[in-house]
Amino acid sequence: MWNYEKRLQYPINITTPNAKIAQIIMSQYGGPDGEMGASMRYLSQRYSMPDRRVCGVLTDIGTEELAHLEMVASIVRQLTKGLSAEELEAAGFAPYYVDHTGGIWPQAAGGIPFNACEFQSKGDALTDLFEDMAAEQKARTTYDNILRLVKDPDVCDPIRFLREREVVHFQRFGEALRIIQDDLDSKNFYAFNPEFDIPNCPRN
Amino acid sequence: MTNQMNQMNRQQLFNLINTVSFAVDDLLLFLDTHPDDVEAIKAFHHYSDIRRNALQAYSDQYGPLTIDTADPCSHWNWATEPWPWEGGCK
Repeated sequence: MWNYEKRLQYPINITTPNAKIAQIIMSQYGGPDGEMGASMRYLSQRYSMPDRRVCGVLTDIGTEELAHLEMVASIVRQLTKGLSAEELEAAGFAPYYVDHTGGIWPQAAGGIPFNACEFQSKGDALTDLFEDMAAEQKARTTYDNILRLVKDPDVCDPIRFLREREVVHFQRFGEALRIIQDDLDSKNFYAFNPEFDIPNCPRN
Repeated sequence: MTNQMNQMNRQQLFNLINTVSFAVDDLLLFLDTHPDDVEAIKAFHHYSDIRRNALQAYSDQYGPLTIDTADPCSHWNWATEPWPWEGGCK
């Protein structure tokens, strides 16, 4: 069960709208390595995960990613709010505007709609945790790319916060992977699937 | 109500939390579209108070169901107590 907290995890107050930047940043809402895919990936992987501590990591990072989804949406909204159709068109935002006006819709920067394939829930603890570590690095790279393209400090500040959280999540998923591996044969971690082939899961 | 909670077993306390929490969930939706309904606000206070006390009582005895009632000493039982999808908690 979830409850909503009526606050952003990190404040967002953008003073100068800029639809060109919004077009780039929306990729972290519904793009291939965005926060929507991240939150649903981790929250989906929990149910068959064989260790409760790892279930905790997946639950709590998945929940934090929902907060990041809200932050990215807030950035996109503040970057487009109050702009006229002409201003949006001049910024190259017309293809998004024609379908979604000023609404928030999950797509990549290049216009590709969000795809549930990004969830990547494989039902194998090792496979999924390697996936999660890679996902955090991919998101970190995307934020690095955004920081190279964007100069507005009102935007860069929360983006730096989000980038930093990807690094922290990578660390925690690395620890989660070690927790799983500590229960396995160190000479052959991949002899079987710990989510499927070991009875009496989950255990601590 | 708090005294009654202390007499409840784990299952009874958990059932109470589920019941009053659902009342809060439902009142929340009603109040979103009726922000000045005094009767509904009264009901919200009633169930919200029971929920807060019951969550604290459950955390004190069996482990936290919410982060705000987590009160760990030397062990972080938020993660190590059963998760809801395991089917252990009814």
